[in-house]
Amino acid sequence: MCLAVPGEIIKIYPDGYQADVNIMGNVKRVSIFLTPEAKVGDRVMVHAGQAISVIEREEAEAIEKLWEELLRHGND
Amino acid sequence: MATTKEQEYFSRLVEQLQRMTQRPVKIMEVCGTHTMAIAAAGIRQILPPEVELVSGPGCPVCVTADMDIDAFLDLATREDVTIATYGDMLRVPGTEGSLADIRAQGGRVQVVYSATEALQLARENPDREVVFLAVGFETTAPATAHALTVAQAEKINNFSIFNLHKMVPPALRALLADEETAVDGFILPGHVSAIIGEEPYRFVAEEFGRPGVIAGFEPVEIMAALVQLVTLLNRREARITNLYRHVVRPEGNRTALALLERVFQPANAIWRGLGEIPDSGLKLREELFPYDAEVKFGVTRKPVAKRTACRCGDVLKGLIKPPACPLFARKCTPEQPQGPCMVSAEGTCAAYYHYHRRDSDG
Ligand code: SF4
Repeated sequence: MCLAVPGEIIKIYPDGYQADVNIMGNVKRVSIFLTPEAKVGDRVMVHAGQAISVIEREEAEAIEKLWEELLRHGND
Repeated sequence: MATTKEQEYFSRLVEQLQRMTQRPVKIMEVCGTHTMAIAAAGIRQILPPEVELVSGPGCPVCVTADMDIDAFLDLATREDVTIATYGDMLRVPGTEGSLADIRAQGGRVQVVYSATEALQLARENPDREVVFLAVGFETTAPATAHALTVAQAEKINNFSIFNLHKMVPPALRALLADEETAVDGFILPGHVSAIIGEEPYRFVAEEFGRPGVIAGFEPVEIMAALVQLVTLLNRREARITNLYRHVVRPEGNRTALALLERVFQPANAIWRGLGEIPDSGLKLREELFPYDAEVKFGVTRKPVAKRTACRCGDVLKGLIKPPACPLFARKCTPEQPQGPCMVSAEGTCAAYYHYHRRDSDG
């Protein structure tokens, strides 16, 4: 029920509330009402026809660092 | 679908967990999507024996109370009503059959993928009363709220919702207050958190002294959450960590929260297994009562006598695992579900049925 899938915004409609999102090769029209900051090229998490979060590129890239840290800390 | 790099980290984190686990710990996950991901990746089977991973009340369909199920089934039998529902609800058994049965007997039940689609159904069928079964946690509720504000602005008066929305943090509080449950730490739901942020979980650490980790849904992300939880437990450090930072902002999604605030107010709600939990429901605000199917159609709820030996309620509290239910995989299967925990694809019983029926550990 809380499943959300990532996709890339390829077009925003003139009303500003809807966008075409490429989700693993399938283009879906989704509401971006909840993510007004979303721009073309952004990746978003889509749940039940709505983008619920814009994926932060820097944080996504930093995740391996987080895992490395976890691997180190456990050795205490 | 994990990348080689992710698989590598996954294995290293598994080893790490094995090395660092010092005593038995019970970790609960409270999101149906985690339940499925854990079962699909076979995570339970590779954990050190001291780490017990249980599922909590994370499946919105599963936590729906029998009373509520009977009430919407009742609505579905009305001549003028078309029920718009997520597919998951279709086969949930009530006292007398399910929505699927009602549909087979000529009742109007339509599966939709979003609240917006349900609203569209109302627009296209002005002579029908379209009732959307609004089920789901904080992840899903903003979409309902959005559809309602659109209905209000466009004066679409043949649209209403049967409101089953619930909130996760109050359920965690109820679980923590219940000594029977005895959970050491939580894997917190990633997409609920994308909406509500980190703050609403603070009490888990501060009042109950338990750690919680907000986690994504890839096997490696779940394993990372477990390593983090055991690290915190070893250090006897209770705090909330966010390991899903690229999706979850500390403050959550402000637009969604403002919308929820505008449309809903907290109210008590009844959960299967957990009973009535204070302020765990999302009631419509008074100006939106015309869109509340309960008000509109004068729905009354009747207490429901326990019908079967279904132990879905105990499963939802993490007290038993599905194989401990006498009906599991015998009378109760995904084809013939006896309880909602087997109906919903993300129900714990369904996850066990599909992925580890043959396990001896149960
Ligand atoms: S196996 Fe079926 S009957 Fe048993 S608890 Fe799960 S849903 Fe209920």
